[in-house]
Amino acid sequence: MTNTETYNYKVVRQFSIMTIVWGLVGMSVGVLIAAQLAWPVLNFDIPWLTFGRLRPLHTNAVIFAFGGCSLFACSYYVVQHTCHVKLAFPALAAFTFWGWQAVIVLAAITLPMGFTSSKEYAELEWPIDILITLVWVSYAVVFFGTIMRRRVSHIYVANWFFGAFIITVAVLHVFNSAAIPVSMWKSYSAYAGVQDAMVQWWYGHNAVGFFLTAGFLGIMYYFVPKQAGRPVYSYRLSVVHFWALIFTYIWAGPHHLHYTALPDWAQSLGMIMSLILLAPSWGGMINGIMTLSGAWHKLRTDPVLRLLVVSISFYGMSTFEGPMMAIKTVNALSHYTDWTIGHVHSGALGWVALVTMGAMYYLIPRMYGRELYSLKLVEMHFWSATIGIVLYIASMWVAGIMQGLMWRAINEDGTLTYSFVESVQAMHPYYIVRTFGGAFFLFGAIVMAYNLWRTIANATPVEVEIPAPASAH
Amino acid sequence: MADFNSDFWHWYIAILTIISILACVWLLRWMSTGHSKSDTVEDTGHVWDGDLTELNNPLPRWWLGLFYITIVFSAFYLLLYPGLGKFGGILDWTSQGAYEEEVAAMDAKVGPLFARYQQTSILDLTKDETALKVGERLYANYCTTCHGSDARGARGYPNLRDGNWLWGGSPAEIKTTIMQGRQAAMPAWEAVLGGERGVDEVAQYVLSLSGRATISELAAQGKTKYEMFCVACHGADGTGNTALGAPNLTDNTWLYGGSLTRISQSIAVGRNGKMPAQGEFLGEAKVHLLSAYIYSLSQQQ
Repeated sequence: MTNTETYNYKVVRQFSIMTIVWGLVGMSVGVLIAAQLAWPVLNFDIPWLTFGRLRPLHTNAVIFAFGGCSLFACSYYVVQHTCHVKLAFPALAAFTFWGWQAVIVLAAITLPMGFTSSKEYAELEWPIDILITLVWVSYAVVFFGTIMRRRVSHIYVANWFFGAFIITVAVLHVFNSAAIPVSMWKSYSAYAGVQDAMVQWWYGHNAVGFFLTAGFLGIMYYFVPKQAGRPVYSYRLSVVHFWALIFTYIWAGPHHLHYTALPDWAQSLGMIMSLILLAPSWGGMINGIMTLSGAWHKLRTDPVLRLLVVSISFYGMSTFEGPMMAIKTVNALSHYTDWTIGHVHSGALGWVALVTMGAMYYLIPRMYGRELYSLKLVEMHFWSATIGIVLYIASMWVAGIMQGLMWRAINEDGTLTYSFVESVQAMHPYYIVRTFGGAFFLFGAIVMAYNLWRTIANATPVEVEIPAPASAH
Repeated sequence: MADFNSDFWHWYIAILTIISILACVWLLRWMSTGHSKSDTVEDTGHVWDGDLTELNNPLPRWWLGLFYITIVFSAFYLLLYPGLGKFGGILDWTSQGAYEEEVAAMDAKVGPLFARYQQTSILDLTKDETALKVGERLYANYCTTCHGSDARGARGYPNLRDGNWLWGGSPAEIKTTIMQGRQAAMPAWEAVLGGERGVDEVAQYVLSLSGRATISELAAQGKTKYEMFCVACHGADGTGNTALGAPNLTDNTWLYGGSLTRISQSIAVGRNGKMPAQGEFLGEAKVHLLSAYIYSLSQQQ
């Protein structure tokens, strides 16, 4: 049989398009709840639209719907292209698409209705958790099945990260979501008290570490060298930072529980492992940015590449900020304040969303054999997104540090200088700026959606033959 | 420390942590020595997807330095602070100890101030501007969550400014309320009153007590029931009893709402308002001053 096999682009296409759709949905909800914090009247006195219910909807939509679809799309594309083989188990791959969309739709229905396990970033109730597990195991089978059928002996670095992300998220999800159901939509966690809190943040921080970091590093490792047309900077650095990153991240969760009932020893370990995590994180940044050596001039003409490089810069910035905030004395000021929200969004908007958008600009036109409709619009998206992120994180820095200082200010008589409500009142202007930051970012995403829609309008999906691997030298 | 129920877990944590940190060092040394003697950067020779290749640049020195610094810092931190299982660290630091030290230091600093205020009667304190200012801050710190930053309360949480008191408004009574807390107990009457109809009748009568329009025949039947079941606490004239925390039903102050629906609900299912005791938490000196501030609020009318 001569090799006329083609890539499975169908599932990549489906996930790519839903990445854009869910991105718009999740970010719109984000802007709405940001506005609600500035102007609470926007609750409209409708329970389903209150902050408490929409906030988990926002986080689930942007992390698991937008981010999740992006990871599926990119990993399916990358694993086929770097293994020179069609995706294994096409029916199972199709199930991951429809199953994942079902999870998202169920989340969008149950969260506003008030069904929640109350575990942050794992709010979905147990029947949905079971569906997630089924989809995830199928994902692992498809991904590793494809790796096993690869026609090149060496596994590309992007696949190490995708593989680590898939395995770890499976473990995290199963252990953290363990619960005893009492009815169709109500269950109680299998853990209690501080152990429950620790399992929750072991999960929560590694949802960031593996879902939002390792997975997206996989995306970076393919799309940045491809878009720049340059080799990856250092294989050796890949090895060190991969193993060090996945090894230390798993320890870092306790920094979410500084100064709580969590035993001191666990808090200390969480803190030092978070600090050790700085260098492994920056290893990824160095490898991504230095891949541009010899191609810096392309930044001037290629807005997609610029989007990718700026995303790596934000990755570097937030992975510096994170370890700093994990230091107990810094955390004493930053914890529970909006600084944390700003930190998360410098990672989420700056890193995760921008690297995703860069990858989508690369991926979607190729799925239809078209050129991007307009580079000017990408340029516009880039600036709108960048301004949005800067407004968002700068306002949250000021707001967070101000909150922290107000909460700890003490009068001569030992009483607190400010009541809680005064600190809330002081946040008003920053919440408004944050809302505008989010709106700028959303506007950029809308421009992207329009641009991609014009790119593929009236186009038919292409079938691409799988080339033979280059012979090793 | 009581964090470990057996020595096994202590050793498990301590050894695993040390091995983990050493593993990072080993990984770094392995990847930064014994490679690339030449100045030219090698290509790994791997090619994927047509043009995807990798160089094999050495690890940047500054980055290696950064990695080692974080590791050395962590090693020292674990020597000084708790971390390696039940080994508490050379400094003997605990978060519990740090908290207690801070509280003791603050108590030593502000204790004399509050002790001085405690010598003065609540009535005299209400004439002392500075004392009231401190009292206001105490209120803002500890009471606003339930009673609101304006002290006007919310449904289920009494308004402290209106001069209506469930448990009495004298300085001594207010102080007792804060020190010891209060537990109200309005039982659920629906079954006793013979279902919804009975509740309706009594609710109509209660409305009439504060001079509101009622359906007179229901209210008349309600009066009989009121005299049988309600008088013990709320009194024959409906003015209540501060010894029991039974509210006055003849005024326009309604802790749980004064509409017919709300009143019916209070009668049918009962109410169990709770003011938590603050004495142990705040200490008598602070409660004394707080009582003066709250008493002063009700005198502003």
